[in-house]
Amino acid sequence: MKIAIVSEEKGLDARMDSRFGRCAYFAIYDGESNTTEFFPNPAKDSPEGAGPEAVKFIASKGVKRVVAPEFGRKAEAMLNKLQIEMVHDKDKTISEIIKELE
Amino acid sequence: MTPITIAIASGKGGTGKTFISTNLFNALQGSGLNMALVDCDAEAPNDREFFREGMLQGTRAVTQRVPVIDKSKCTYCGKCDEYCNFNAIFFLEEPPTIEVLEELCHGCGACSVACEYGAISEKEDLLGHVNRYCFRTGNELIEGRMEVGVHVSVEIIKAAIKAADTFDLVLLDSPPGTGCPFIQTVYKADYVVLVTEPTPFGLSDLKQSLAILKEMGIPCGVIINRADMGSDDARNYLKQENIPLLMSVPFDREIAVAYSKGELVTNLNDDWMVKFTELYHAINKQFEAEI
Repeated sequence: MKIAIVSEEKGLDARMDSRFGRCAYFAIYDGESNTTEFFPNPAKDSPEGAGPEAVKFIASKGVKRVVAPEFGRKAEAMLNKLQIEMVHDKDKTISEIIKELE
Repeated sequence: MTPITIAIASGKGGTGKTFISTNLFNALQGSGLNMALVDCDAEAPNDREFFREGMLQGTRAVTQRVPVIDKSKCTYCGKCDEYCNFNAIFFLEEPPTIEVLEELCHGCGACSVACEYGAISEKEDLLGHVNRYCFRTGNELIEGRMEVGVHVSVEIIKAAIKAADTFDLVLLDSPPGTGCPFIQTVYKADYVVLVTEPTPFGLSDLKQSLAILKEMGIPCGVIINRADMGSDDARNYLKQENIPLLMSVPFDREIAVAYSKGELVTNLNDDWMVKFTELYHAINKQFEAEI
């Protein structure tokens, strides 16, 4: 399963971002290959609707679960619709989250 | 006379836009001018509180056309999403997903134009109302008022201003801030009166408003409210930038008491009646100097 984690920077030592829709990067962890790829969030600077735009992005990457401190109302509705599981967590590094997931 | 539109605005909220707008309108009621006061603060209109005698003349609904997607006709080509500038169409190729995010929709209709398969029709969504109150002078208070739950006031402001286009003098009581509602309000104004207060916030927001008006090429002047408090920074800034100071209003208990009761200080005190009439002349003078 692919899991997206909101990230402040590229790299496994980066800290989680504080937001979902406007996070800097998505770390996408692939449970099968046990690899993590970092993508800049294309919705980061959207004037409006960053949440749904970010959902589109991770859904197009085949993500089934997403870890963030919080989710906006519009993003949450779309994540539910696409049956992408939301996990609330914060103040951790990407590698710490991945360790917990393994 | 050539119709003139004067907007009363401020970057910071609570500086006295409504105080100035309502009293200026009231001071000119006896002048024979064919005029309207438009309350453009559609999120929280309150000019009406000061003019209870105005008779409700009519109410018009302001609606927006929102797309409705017929999923049986949709081919999931994604063109409507491409056309949408506001992320209001949630489209995914895989799994095939298409949803309208109504609260992000600006009603521009681009998605309907984009769709080649007749899958998009439009429905009317109620955004708010424009209420017209008439006075014995024939003048009107026109009020834009948003529906609860709507979060973009621009269309209501547009409709309210349009309702005033038969008057010779139109005063626009602007919503606070420097965002879209403010820009929509001042967009067609001939002159803008910016109301500020002698606080760091007041000055900072005044500078933002001035920068926008400069960019838009609209002449403006400034009123400092509660001018005898705080610092001289705003006054000095105006001098330095050569921006006209139209009026200074002191911090005055009489004004505060009257305002809190929904009364107009120009009705209670002749001095203020004179000052607001002079304000209109000062604006006119500035305005004429600009053209």
